[in-house]
Amino acid sequence: MLVWFTYLANYITYDLLGLVKETPLANGLHFFIEDTSKILVLLLVLIYFIAIIRAALNPEKVRYYLQGKHRFIGYLLGSFFGSVTPFCSCSSIPLFMGFVSARIPLGVTIAFLLTSPLINEVVVVMLGSLLGLKFTIIYIAIGISLGIFAGFLIDVIKAERWLVPFLAKQYQSEQQVNPVQYTAHKMSLLARHQFAKEETLNIFKRVWKWVIIGVAIGALIHGVIPAQWFSDHLGAKQWWSVPLATVLAIPMYINATAIVPVLESLLLKGVPLGTTLAFCMSAVAVSLPEFMMLKQVMSKRLLFIIAAYLLVALSLLGWLFNAINL
Amino acid sequence: MKNINVYGSGCKNCIATAEVLEKTATAIGVAIKVEKVTDLQAIMEAGVLTTPAISIDGKLVHSGSVPDQKMATAFLS
Repeated sequence: MLVWFTYLANYITYDLLGLVKETPLANGLHFFIEDTSKILVLLLVLIYFIAIIRAALNPEKVRYYLQGKHRFIGYLLGSFFGSVTPFCSCSSIPLFMGFVSARIPLGVTIAFLLTSPLINEVVVVMLGSLLGLKFTIIYIAIGISLGIFAGFLIDVIKAERWLVPFLAKQYQSEQQVNPVQYTAHKMSLLARHQFAKEETLNIFKRVWKWVIIGVAIGALIHGVIPAQWFSDHLGAKQWWSVPLATVLAIPMYINATAIVPVLESLLLKGVPLGTTLAFCMSAVAVSLPEFMMLKQVMSKRLLFIIAAYLLVALSLLGWLFNAINL
Repeated sequence: MKNINVYGSGCKNCIATAEVLEKTATAIGVAIKVEKVTDLQAIMEAGVLTTPAISIDGKLVHSGSVPDQKMATAFLS
């Protein structure tokens, strides 16, 4: 079915505009038309169905589930919920404080916050449509594992010392906290449909420009930069290319939506999988605006530790995937 | 007179929320006083998880989105 989008791109590029095959312009334009049409259509359809399923899930409910769980189950659940719970990044701070004040282990909260920008429905839909099932599963598995290990590490080093004072006090006070209550209300199918409709439109309005920006960058790489350049500079033989890619990605303020088409075109150019993943996941997970925001609740030291963890972990993963050459 | 707090870090959505409330209040003739709460500790103590959140006379009635006119009318009447 997805082949229809290729036909559409063929038709516009070669028949309607009469561009000559295998020229940079034709290659770039073909990539752009095929990807934007495919992604936008699939997003509209799939986000609606995903929203129907998870209509009743919200951060309040997640907090209720997470309290009082064993730490290790908590890391896993925290990472998992981070990837499936919808919330706007402007709510990161109140969420963080709300979890801390309910005495959910700090590691579990961090696991939740780290996976949430990396994995969401938009990214999963895009990965699936552009790069296939195997790659999508690898990406999700890496995202969840990054969250779990981060959570574990945070608790091992007793990172609560480095929260801002009022939060640290809240987290460590001897005073008993009452478990938070949550009453779930049953949602009718009509209410779910209403929610899904609004959610789809909201998400679509928010991401369409990112899709176009991402695909445009991808198309530019696809059409203009020769594959030779990548194999000379970013091939698997240059071991340093992996950590370099993770560091270069830091100042890129790009969200996960825009990174997927870039990822696709890098892979098409023969950049090794590990290097590509390291670059793209670092661009999404280590974002300066997000870190600036988190500075309101944690010290620079803790932020630095988290950033360093991500860079090291992504480099190791990059090397691993380059070595096993999937 | 209802005392209303709008909780949020001062982002666009919180300003929009306060505006919707004020407009609705004028439309249905309810006297309100809206205060925007941006202090992190105060937001935490109010038990807010997602912003923008609204409390009326100290009771949290909504969180996580900008309410539309219909919802705002329901809160205020």
